[in-house]
Amino acid sequence: MLFKTVSKDEFEKLVGIMLESNEVVAPTRVESDVHGDPIHEYLPVESFDEIDLNYETTAHSAKTYFLPYRENLSTYTFEAGDWGQEIGYRAMPRILLGLHACDINGLLKLDKVLARDVFPSPYYVSRRQNTFVVGIDHEPCDGGFCHAVGADTVTHGFDLFLTDLGETYLVEIKSSRGYSMLGQVKTQDVSDADTQAFKAVRHRITEQFTTDLDIQDLPNLLDMEFESEVWTKWGEKCLSCGSCAMSCPTCYCYGVEERASMDWKTGSKSKRLYACTIVDFAEVSGGRNFRPDRKTRLKYRFYHQHRGFVESYDEPKCVGCNRCGRACLVGIHPAEVIGDLQREERL
Amino acid sequence: MQYLGIQPKRPKIAVFDFTGCEGCELQLANKEETLVDFLAAVEVVAFREVMTDAGDDYEIALIEGAISRADEEALLRQIRDRAGVVVALGTCACYGGVNRLKNTFDLGEANREVYGDKPKETSEVRAVGDVVEVDLAIPGCPVNKAEVERIVQHVVLDVAFSFPAYPVCVECKQRFNICLVDRGQLCLGPIVQAGCDAPCPTGGRGCWGCRGPARDANVPEYLSALKEKGFGEDEVRERLGFFGAFEGAVG
Ligand code: SF4
Ligand code: SF4
Ligand code: SF4
Ligand code: SF4
Ligand code: SF4
Repeated sequence: MLFKTVSKDEFEKLVGIMLESNEVVAPTRVESDVHGDPIHEYLPVESFDEIDLNYETTAHSAKTYFLPYRENLSTYTFEAGDWGQEIGYRAMPRILLGLHACDINGLLKLDKVLARDVFPSPYYVSRRQNTFVVGIDHEPCDGGFCHAVGADTVTHGFDLFLTDLGETYLVEIKSSRGYSMLGQVKTQDVSDADTQAFKAVRHRITEQFTTDLDIQDLPNLLDMEFESEVWTKWGEKCLSCGSCAMSCPTCYCYGVEERASMDWKTGSKSKRLYACTIVDFAEVSGGRNFRPDRKTRLKYRFYHQHRGFVESYDEPKCVGCNRCGRACLVGIHPAEVIGDLQREERL
Repeated sequence: MQYLGIQPKRPKIAVFDFTGCEGCELQLANKEETLVDFLAAVEVVAFREVMTDAGDDYEIALIEGAISRADEEALLRQIRDRAGVVVALGTCACYGGVNRLKNTFDLGEANREVYGDKPKETSEVRAVGDVVEVDLAIPGCPVNKAEVERIVQHVVLDVAFSFPAYPVCVECKQRFNICLVDRGQLCLGPIVQAGCDAPCPTGGRGCWGCRGPARDANVPEYLSALKEKGFGEDEVRERLGFFGAFEGAVG
């Protein structure tokens, strides 16, 4: 582990250097909500001024830069009785600047499924490897419960990680490319005062987590509460709109579709992210649907997040960012649903 | 031209225009880059507003517009008898469309308002499917040409096609839009059938529901959520009634 400090002026210079030869994606203020609060998104930027590192959260997660909502997997050409296939993996380098710990943890979870499991996805791996990730510490976001699912801090999965110490950033260097990148501007060694300041920041952040959610025994609890009325209560509200999974940093479900061009000369196979709350998610040929009603679908979304994934990877899939809760127009907040289940059990 | 070694069928298609704006017909001629190939895939035998002689020969009838006069009804029945496949093309044909707003007025009053002292014969506006059996309904005001192309490919070569089972929100989110409801604008996205690729929310305008209800749309829950968010009942009712697609879906 290697730490340095960099002044904010030098950091701005570094971003300028990054912008010279890479696409830089960073939190950008795009809109205001009805209460006048800012809404941010991770978007490609052209200058340092467009970036707002002091953001709370983003409406969409950054997953689209690794797992695009729509992606061409393969293109076919047909000619004179013969055919050809073309597969393109995106290999252009990209810098993703300003990810919070939960979102980097989200990437680590996607890595487990898409890069390190039995069938790694070359599409994902190429994007992941070609993306330089710069993380940043921040105050807890409203409604988030990352600390409850152990996603409020992150130990790897990034190249550089910043902690705001006021005049300077404390930078954690996690990769050799991170080291070389940072080497392009002036940095200082970490002083005792910096270490004290860092601890104070971390302490201040930790103090601010207020959600009293305990997920320790959640997988067992979910087993016991399979038939719970809680699922009816929340499930009947569900619009089956998929906005939760679309916003979620760790949802990776997709459907594959084949298309032909109108002149019949080419075809393509493409992928589109899907959601387990959509009505036909578990529909099979013949029209049979294994999860025909809303409450079952919503339940299984929670089961994958907090039970199925734990069985496969010893940790929940959810990183507690509450993007699903924010996106849900009928107010299905994960922390409230889980809280309800826990209350149910205590009765 | 073959595809995967199979020769596509080249069905004869006739397009008929009833009460509508002809926007859907215009869409058929849209998307210039593939228009020639589109027209090569089917044989268009008639693009017309009235049927002239009894000898018309077509397998597929595309019906644009709603049915709002007795003569339209009679003509539609003739077409149904003649065509193997009847397709309701666009929101007017599928649901009655904007024309259906007329049904909320007294017919005589509506007639006077539009035609003054030269009243025309008119009846309640109905969807094509309310008059004859429809084999395929393609919603949209106007229809989405890319979707129509895929349906044609499905018809001529069995290329897999199905309408999305999800509502507009999926496409809206996939286009990286900020939700308009969060910004205080009314949008019917969560209860409306996708397939249009969410052009309205992407353009900063809430969905008006031209494609009709999504499969298994949870209308009551969404309406109570909208109420809770402070949207007025009149505004919501007007929105739902605009294309006549939510009749029966609202209490
Ligand atoms: S965002 Fe809410 S309403 Fe939509 S599918 Fe998810 S839980 Fe259901
Ligand atoms: S399930 Fe919800 S809270 Fe958990 S990671 Fe996904 S969007 Fe965030
Ligand atoms: S099953 Fe549901 S919760 Fe799990 S990844 Fe797919 S969409 Fe997300
Ligand atoms: S703007 Fe409309 S379509 Fe888009 S997410 Fe919001 S409700 Fe859904
Ligand atoms: S967003 Fe709504 S109103 Fe706009 S085209 Fe799609 S279904 Fe029609």
